[in-house]
Amino acid sequence: MSPKRAGALALAALGLLVFPELGGAYAVSLATLILYLATAGQAWNLMMGFAGQLSLGHSLYVGIGAYSAGALFFHFGIGPWLGVWVAVACSMAVALLIGGLAFRFGVSGVYFALLTIAFAEFTRIAFDHIDWLGGPGGMFLEVAQRDRWDLAHFRGPPSMYYYAALALALGTLWLCARLSRSRAGYYWRAIREDEPAAQALGIDTFRWKLLAVLVSSALSAISGVFLAFYQNNLFPEQVFHVSRSIEILLGPVIGGVGTLLGPIVGSLVLTLLSDGVSELLAALGWELPGTKQVLYGLALLGVVVFLPNGIWPALHAAWQRHSGARSA
Amino acid sequence: MTPLLEVEGVSKSFRGLRALHQVSLALNTGEIVAVIGPNGAGKTTFFNLLCGVCRADTGQIRLRGQRIDGLRPDQVCARGVGRTFQIVRPFSGLSVLDNVVVGALRGERSLALARQRALAILEALGLADKRDQAALTLTLPERKRLELARALATRPELLLLDEVMAGLRPTECDQLVRVLTDLQRSAGFAVLLIEHVLRAVRALAQRVVVLHHGELIADGTAEQVMRQPAVVASYLGPSASPATPETPP
Repeated sequence: MSPKRAGALALAALGLLVFPELGGAYAVSLATLILYLATAGQAWNLMMGFAGQLSLGHSLYVGIGAYSAGALFFHFGIGPWLGVWVAVACSMAVALLIGGLAFRFGVSGVYFALLTIAFAEFTRIAFDHIDWLGGPGGMFLEVAQRDRWDLAHFRGPPSMYYYAALALALGTLWLCARLSRSRAGYYWRAIREDEPAAQALGIDTFRWKLLAVLVSSALSAISGVFLAFYQNNLFPEQVFHVSRSIEILLGPVIGGVGTLLGPIVGSLVLTLLSDGVSELLAALGWELPGTKQVLYGLALLGVVVFLPNGIWPALHAAWQRHSGARSA
Repeated sequence: MTPLLEVEGVSKSFRGLRALHQVSLALNTGEIVAVIGPNGAGKTTFFNLLCGVCRADTGQIRLRGQRIDGLRPDQVCARGVGRTFQIVRPFSGLSVLDNVVVGALRGERSLALARQRALAILEALGLADKRDQAALTLTLPERKRLELARALATRPELLLLDEVMAGLRPTECDQLVRVLTDLQRSAGFAVLLIEHVLRAVRALAQRVVVLHHGELIADGTAEQVMRQPAVVASYLGPSASPATPETPP
């Protein structure tokens, strides 16, 4: 690594660390949201971007994770450190069921995507009828004092959640980077590009696709546990809703599917865009309902039309042209 | 000594269509055998049965005495059978090197070793200077060689080639023949090729078998086989097999 690059990284790390001290409450909550979406997006990207398996129901895994750890805390006072293992196990069990069934019977492409929506939707409906989990009225975790870091129960001030989200985002980034350069990464990309050709090279595509779904569901569940303890309330209508799945996948799609930094760049741009549009409209005094959604939609359209591979690959290419021109 | 590959009485029908009927064939270690025959003769079906894409209705396929019929394509590959696709299927978004690394990872513990071996194979096939390009930027002859490189990277004992010469110019074809014979001589694998390009068949194959209407009608050296009236008739129709033997085009 060049000293210049190392310096830039150190500066970025320092900036991220002191951010809660400098930014206001609003900025910290925005940053926490960005980091959460980056984590969930990274998990989705592992399955779609790496292994080519399109999931349109990732809210399912996030929701299962959130509800598992949330229920343990709500009913038995068991904190997230133990709860996260249960959450991951539950989420992976569901992933094993869906992935196992789908891949065993050769369900792929669009049909696989439809299957993921179906599972998320009927889980949403089922959870509406489970009174133990609060049903449609929701489950509320006790909101404790906000001024002190209680790590054991994961209760504390907003800055604690910011650091947790930061650790999760960086942790998943690191894991995905490792996986990308491993045998799994190569096999996943081969399956994504051409499954029969991958199989002809001796790759047990069933096993490796299932692994992608399992790892993705586990990471999603972890982000779900974070969500439960950060939001403190869980409603099936919100947690499992299709719009949540879309929210998760928009980041990597806009940032760059299959790239490591795409999910982070995408969630950053989308969140700032969405909030920026709201701010702008408030400042202009426009109160026409739906204006925000229209502007947001137009911006997304712009990205998809002009940067079909996503923002990050375009940025990366521009940076390389820039540095190439300088060194030449 | 048991042959490397034994195909015994294999038949396959698709609904009412009889694609293969009682085909038997044996192939020894290091042997190069070509399967020829007119369009619709059942060559591709035969190929698909060998590499596990479809299952035979009757008969057995054995590799070193062990049955491989009924296995999945990846399991067949794991037993030591590498294949190419007639219509090339590169991993377009990956670099040329990564394409081959995917194959080389089979039987290699670490990525570093796989890369090393993949690079050596690219070197042998004259693709080393294109290793960092995306596979989709390659020309057709290069893609054909990449297809070959990927299959070779899995360290096959038996290499199945599905029309690797199709679409190549004669000089490109000769070049690929040279590369293949060199590699085959050094690595010692057996080759079964389906081929329409007789120029390549003559240059490569020690033995040629002819399929017609799903049945094996001839087996011998290229010259022997092409003189047989039944073979000439299968290509050109019965009236074209006079007493004076002509080689089919």
